[in-house]
Amino acid sequence: MTKIILKDIPDFDKIEVYEDNGGYTALRKALLEMTPDEVTEEVKRSNLRGRGGACFPTGLKWTFMPKGKDKPKYLCCNGDESEPGSFKDREIFEKNPHQFIEGVLLANYAMGIKTAYVYIRGEYYKWINILEEKLQEAYKKGYIGNNILGTGFSTDIYIHRGAGAYICGEESALMNSIEGKRGYPRVKPPFPAQNGLWGNPTTINNIETLANIPEIINNGGEWFSKIGEPKHPGTLLFGVSGHVNKPGVYELETGTPLIKIINEYCGGVTGGKDIKMVIPGGSSMPPLTKEEVMSVKMDNESLKAIGSSIGTAGVIVMNEDTDLVKILIKIAHFYYHESCGQCTPCREGTGWLLRMLKRIDEGKGRIEDLDLLINVSENIEGNTVCALGDAAAWPVKWTIRKFRSEFEKKIPASPVTPEVKNKVHSLRHSEEPVKN
Amino acid sequence: MFNQEELKEIENLKSRYETSQSALLPVLWMVQEKEGWISNDSIAKVAKVLDISYEHILGVVTFYTMFNKKKTGKIHLQICTNVSCTLRGGYELFKYISEKLGINNKETTEDGMFTIEEVECLGSCATAPMLQVNNKDYYENMSIEKADELIEHFKNHINEHLKQ
Repeated sequence: MTKIILKDIPDFDKIEVYEDNGGYTALRKALLEMTPDEVTEEVKRSNLRGRGGACFPTGLKWTFMPKGKDKPKYLCCNGDESEPGSFKDREIFEKNPHQFIEGVLLANYAMGIKTAYVYIRGEYYKWINILEEKLQEAYKKGYIGNNILGTGFSTDIYIHRGAGAYICGEESALMNSIEGKRGYPRVKPPFPAQNGLWGNPTTINNIETLANIPEIINNGGEWFSKIGEPKHPGTLLFGVSGHVNKPGVYELETGTPLIKIINEYCGGVTGGKDIKMVIPGGSSMPPLTKEEVMSVKMDNESLKAIGSSIGTAGVIVMNEDTDLVKILIKIAHFYYHESCGQCTPCREGTGWLLRMLKRIDEGKGRIEDLDLLINVSENIEGNTVCALGDAAAWPVKWTIRKFRSEFEKKIPASPVTPEVKNKVHSLRHSEEPVKN
Repeated sequence: MFNQEELKEIENLKSRYETSQSALLPVLWMVQEKEGWISNDSIAKVAKVLDISYEHILGVVTFYTMFNKKKTGKIHLQICTNVSCTLRGGYELFKYISEKLGINNKETTEDGMFTIEEVECLGSCATAPMLQVNNKDYYENMSIEKADELIEHFKNHINEHLKQ
């Protein structure tokens, strides 16, 4: 198995060890032997796709940035990592921070950027301190700052600490948060490459995406493009949690079968139980049934083919005893709590979803509530400024579609009369708002 | 008011961004690290030093859940009960601590020692269940026994902990 980021080298987080094992050679190579466009070309050739969930080709994203020096340009490194089930970026900060830093420097060189901000969720106090220390080491060695390696290229990297808002992982909300505002997503277009931080061209990349760049420059884009699945090449940091014997972060090639990850790498389901449901990429991704888990490969194309998505590769495993109604309430509560409140479908809809699910859990549900939940989900989906609406809608819609009997079990039997079937649901019928 | 050293730090923070408003989150963090919460007086103080409106800052402080708008106990225990933690006993952990301390979600013990709060995913899913103390330290792979030990530890070593 190829490892690009979490290499088995002791003390790899230390700058000397990193340097002894080829660290910062990609930076040297790029600054001394390559033009910025050649760096971007290499990344394009690698077919590296963003690791934040959208899987957009990174090299192509970089080409959207305008050339020239008319306006300052910025890079935002997205380490907000707040999607439930995702905990991979902290592993990079802890185990291989310098490769990430080198990736930032290469991105800045390729796009002519003088300032990068690393946005890290506020709760990651420990990892913010770790990265700050590593940045200072790199400054002292002359890898960051003015006239890097004597080439005339200068760039700075700053950490910006978040303060507990999931929505700031959305790229335009992240920029507003850096600007000292509430984390409200912006309407797109204009896109960040035209109008980003303080109105200037900006690129936003995930931490894991950037950590891949140095090895792409060292070994060539073609080398990278041949690792794992050709349409979604490279490795992924799978964060596996829930009912498995060895939860943790595993760096594996894309296309690794999900059941192999669960059984071989994570030591199987705890207590030797059966699998009921698996969320493949963070809590917003449509969940998988046991049958799907048995055959799916973990790359974006394979998951898309069965109606889900790789997301942040945060795998949550649930055994046969799991109460899916209770789990879905947790998920629905999360998105209700984290909705920024800008768009009505999301702000109101997430509350309706939560209240209806609670009603079902309390044994007061009606059989028509299941279709109503799907109906509300579909009225949130696609009708909001950002993807939080979709993130709230998908798990509800797909958990009910795939595991309907789990919900029906909690609904008291009542005859389904034509009146019930044709009932026009007034959404004003929702119960008291839930207490937070 | 901010002292000279703090003012210098604020100038340093401002220099990292295009606008002084952008230094708002880091400056609010400075205030909360020192005072434990963000009072209306602090907001007025920050408004002055960054030259932005009081109302804007109030809007920001109330948007981000990590900024405390009320004083908390000396030890603020935030227990994750999101999906991965719940699957491994996170909710039971919260309930146990809540009953042990005799307080509900977001309440503080009478002696002002502990505040408990049920929180969303803290990105520690492989080491669930877990809790966070004072917006900083993670305590992972928790159990009921470990929770007992931790609470005893804080009761006996509160001053050492707060000095950190």
